[in-house]
Amino acid sequence: MVVNEQVNITTEKTKSPHIAGSSLKISVKELSVFFGKTKVLSDININIFERKVLAIIGPSGCGKSTFLRSLNRMNEEVGGNFTGKIIFDDEDIMKLDPVYLRRRIGMVFQKPNPFPTMSIANNVVAGLRMNGFRDKKKLKEIVETSLRQAALWDEVKDILHESGANISGGQQQRLCIARTIAMQPEVILMDEPASALDPISTAKIEELIFELKKKYTIIIVTHNMQQASRVSDYTAFFYMGKLIEMDKTIKIFTDPELKQTEDYISGRFG
Amino acid sequence: MERRLVLNKTAGDFAGSRSEYKLQNFFKKSKGKKRVTFLTKILGNKNIGDLIFERLTLLFAMLVFFLVVLMGWEMYSNSTLSIKTFGLKFLITSTWDPVAEVFGALPVIYGTFVSSLLALLIAFPLGIGVAVFLAELAPGWLEKPLSFLTELLAGIPSVIYGLWGIFVLVPWLRDSVEPFFQNKFPNSPLFQGAPYGFGMLAAAIILSIMVLPIISSISRDVLKSVPNTQREAAYALGATKWEVTKVVLSNAKSGLLGATMLGLGRAIGETMAVTMVIGNRPEISASLLNPSYTMASVLANEFTEATSDLYISALIELALILFIITIMVNILARLLVWSTERKWK
Repeated sequence: MVVNEQVNITTEKTKSPHIAGSSLKISVKELSVFFGKTKVLSDININIFERKVLAIIGPSGCGKSTFLRSLNRMNEEVGGNFTGKIIFDDEDIMKLDPVYLRRRIGMVFQKPNPFPTMSIANNVVAGLRMNGFRDKKKLKEIVETSLRQAALWDEVKDILHESGANISGGQQQRLCIARTIAMQPEVILMDEPASALDPISTAKIEELIFELKKKYTIIIVTHNMQQASRVSDYTAFFYMGKLIEMDKTIKIFTDPELKQTEDYISGRFG
Repeated sequence: MERRLVLNKTAGDFAGSRSEYKLQNFFKKSKGKKRVTFLTKILGNKNIGDLIFERLTLLFAMLVFFLVVLMGWEMYSNSTLSIKTFGLKFLITSTWDPVAEVFGALPVIYGTFVSSLLALLIAFPLGIGVAVFLAELAPGWLEKPLSFLTELLAGIPSVIYGLWGIFVLVPWLRDSVEPFFQNKFPNSPLFQGAPYGFGMLAAAIILSIMVLPIISSISRDVLKSVPNTQREAAYALGATKWEVTKVVLSNAKSGLLGATMLGLGRAIGETMAVTMVIGNRPEISASLLNPSYTMASVLANEFTEATSDLYISALIELALILFIITIMVNILARLLVWSTERKWK
């Protein structure tokens, strides 16, 4: 890894861009995340806009996933804590019940993780049932609409009763997306959702993201530069726990402000 | 020649030194004609030390298996007299009379199973509860010492449990618990007879304490083998801790059943503590207060008294039955535990 003087760039220079015609959904202010005594993220300021796709790029260990997991308070479950503020629709997320928060901010993980003990249909509505939703007729409808939205319905409509683990990896990941959509969240967090999949499944997931952003705010962590440039509206570059640069995707990938960003994007380090 | 050059490069420190000279000489020598001896013919390219090591450990491993088979065979061949005399009657009749040389093992088989199953009834919810706390809820600093303590329970000699049973548990049952139940449920068949303290209830309680560490520690391992991605998936859907635990438990079902069956295996074979508190009377009774008898207790109590060939043969047949049952239970239990733990690999 090249140790570069520009690592110490302060975050004041990297204000989030304003996106015309979109309102602010999540505002992250001075976020620092700690695991024990280790500081994983420091002083992150990011504005996230409604119905846009934010891509987060950066080398392994730069804190991308940790940032993502701060937004739905998943870090708490593994012993992380943070300073700073995350404002979600004018509310401080620390003042919200995490169970309620995670209903509104859904998450898709790197490795497809359907529940193997549940059928495909039950996987889709697992979250709803956990939250006490019991109306069988309604649940059936939700299964279909969610699977259709996740572009999986045609492939699984005849095997809805089979285990969620019996389908291919790409299908499992779309099932996980359907499961997230079924909760009707406002924001979907995606942690490298295609990194464990083959190119065809990846393409399907990317198409899906295009569709989903009409309804949802999406934040996607990715190692794949092409993917970031294809699916996102704006991009944030993280390095060693800091936000280095953030701008509209087209700007980041064609004319980044900082040399460090350029080096990373062109594959010179990381 | 080339190989030597590469080696010299990597071993830069040796260059020009005495060691380098030695190294080169070594390769020169080994490059020379290979001596074909009797041993190399058998061994091929294998190192002889490794081969001996491998075969020796294989022998030890086979020895364990061989011992089990040998034990089974010995018991079978020594119990043929009893098997021929009583046949199936041995399993389904209830008279155990050494004087008249009539042996029916039904009461002791009944006592073995009922005491073990009652013990599981108590230990299963407790054990799973302990396991859930240790695997899912306990903070790291508490989990380690608590796990150690529960496993420590398994290391206490069973005679100590038995002594505790005689001096603490039995008097408590006799003076408080059993009269209480008799007053509350005067007509229930479960609480008939005089409250001696010694009997089925005492044995079941002692056994439940003894199998608790097995059930809880194996269950904890099973729960821990469920990958975190499952927990994360549930959390991300807005699950509470309880709902996350339910997801984990449903993933671990067969493994938990296996853990319970390992407990059963231990309970069936447990001898000393049970013998000390169960009352040792071969009778079938629905009452928890009445004395009973188990296969293991019969063997422990009566071997010294057995003089006639038929008596000894009957006892050995009893041992054979116990042996087969515990082996089956343990095999089944292990398979169940493995099936859960392997699912994720």
